[in-house]
Amino acid sequence: MAQYMLLVYQPEVDPAEQAEREREMPMFVDLHRSLREAGLLVGVQRLHSTESATSVRVRGGETEITDGPFAITKEVLAGYYILDCADLDEALKQAARVPAARYGTVEVRPIMSAEEWLNVSREAGADLPDEAVKDMA
Amino acid sequence: MSGGVHADPVSAAVARAFREERAIVLATLIRQAGDFQLAEDAVQDAFEAAVTAWRRDGVPANPGAWITTAARRRAIDRLRRDRSVADRAERLAELTRLEAQDEEELPMDDESSIVDDRLRLIFTCCHPALDMSARVALTLRTLGGMTTGEIARAFLVAEPTMGKRIVRAKRKIADAHIPYRVPADDELPDRLGGVLRVVYLIFNEGYAATEGDQLVRRELCEEAVRLGELLCRLMPDDAEVWGLSALMLLHDARRPARVDPSGRYVALDEQDRSLWDRGRIGEGLARLERAVRLRRPGEYQLQAAITALQIQAPHADATDWAQIAELYGALVMLNPSPVIELNRAVAVGLADGHAAGLALLEPLLGDSTLEHYQPLHAAHAELLSRAGDAAGAARAYKRAIALSSNAVERAELERRLSALR
Repeated sequence: MAQYMLLVYQPEVDPAEQAEREREMPMFVDLHRSLREAGLLVGVQRLHSTESATSVRVRGGETEITDGPFAITKEVLAGYYILDCADLDEALKQAARVPAARYGTVEVRPIMSAEEWLNVSREAGADLPDEAVKDMA
Repeated sequence: MSGGVHADPVSAAVARAFREERAIVLATLIRQAGDFQLAEDAVQDAFEAAVTAWRRDGVPANPGAWITTAARRRAIDRLRRDRSVADRAERLAELTRLEAQDEEELPMDDESSIVDDRLRLIFTCCHPALDMSARVALTLRTLGGMTTGEIARAFLVAEPTMGKRIVRAKRKIADAHIPYRVPADDELPDRLGGVLRVVYLIFNEGYAATEGDQLVRRELCEEAVRLGELLCRLMPDDAEVWGLSALMLLHDARRPARVDPSGRYVALDEQDRSLWDRGRIGEGLARLERAVRLRRPGEYQLQAAITALQIQAPHADATDWAQIAELYGALVMLNPSPVIELNRAVAVGLADGHAAGLALLEPLLGDSTLEHYQPLHAAHAELLSRAGDAAGAARAYKRAIALSSNAVERAELERRLSALR
């Protein structure tokens, strides 16, 4: 079993087109129910529009705060799923079921487990006790 | 290691085992060890160890079994040292169990499990989540016997670049958990189509050689033909698998005639037919027949049928262009593509005269995807020249010459341009 994050990117559109998408809610309800019943759904969340985003950077000890998303792009991150899947094939199959895949892009990323993270850091030379896994997870 | 002359019998035996057994041993060990990179490193170690051990103890009776056992031991050693592998304990237990079993009886992996492992490896190397160039490289590296350096030279990239591409692909297979299995029935046609595309792309890269001076990159063609034959053995019920194998054999049979002794490209209608490889043609035709008997027509079978018609004509003028034009028509229906439309226009031009050919070709000149496609302008020039429009033909030849990236091909186009009256 592996965990995947499905990042849902889609273009921000005018209110009329957005209203059309909002009316697709029943499709999402069906999808989420079916994912939950199949035991795949770990989490799913929708984000407010990028108009509400604030970006934070710390440079030279100074915190810079800017209005807006990390990058101005045509397709923006609109939400995400976390799924438990047997392998990438299953994750890709579920990604294709997300209604937003028809007008946006669903990026599938494997999630690194706390153990993997610990191993990567150790290989790079970090001195970490085994218990660190519990704090990272 | 894939070619060359070996001075001593041990080096020759190791090279032969590498060529014949490596992919089989690797395919099984990837499944058992659960890790592509680890298995590959272990198999590499085993071949290196073989050189010393076989020189000391003599070449074993069954080199494949020796390599299998040695590679599994190396995998166990590597797993014990490397704590970063996922499911490490589980993998170690499985490999150790196999190791113990091996001591009791000689491992006789049954034929079907070898077939399944090889198919798993093929479908993993050609997984659509990998970049196309990575699929090609990984397929040549793990299923063919080519080294990273040889693949890099064939694709005209620096060896470290190719090495990084392959490493990155293997890392993605591990990190994203690309499964090591044959796709389920509902995905199989699609995924198999993807595998055939990779193999045909390898063949074309060797056959057409879009860049560089060497018209025929022999090794790529031969690897692709071998992969095609392997797929026929592994998936004998799929018509397109046989179709692709037939197509590659029929093209490849003409390879000796495509370049003359001075290195000049020779067009199909001017080739010395006595140079064609009759053995390959016979094999290709037999495979096409086998494909057709399965009664599932497809793109590769149609292309192979077209090639067969060109080859079977006693001389170029006797080619049945009308039937070829018809097959291209069927191909366009199956896979609408401007390149196939172009081939159809050329065939119609030869069957029904230049006017009919030009009528089909001219609309393609406005197609933006073909704007920089050299063969379109070369074919246009050819038809205009036959229509007696020397000025128009000259313009089209110049266009084709400007677009050609192959020295041999460019020389041929220039010869035709200067022959215009």
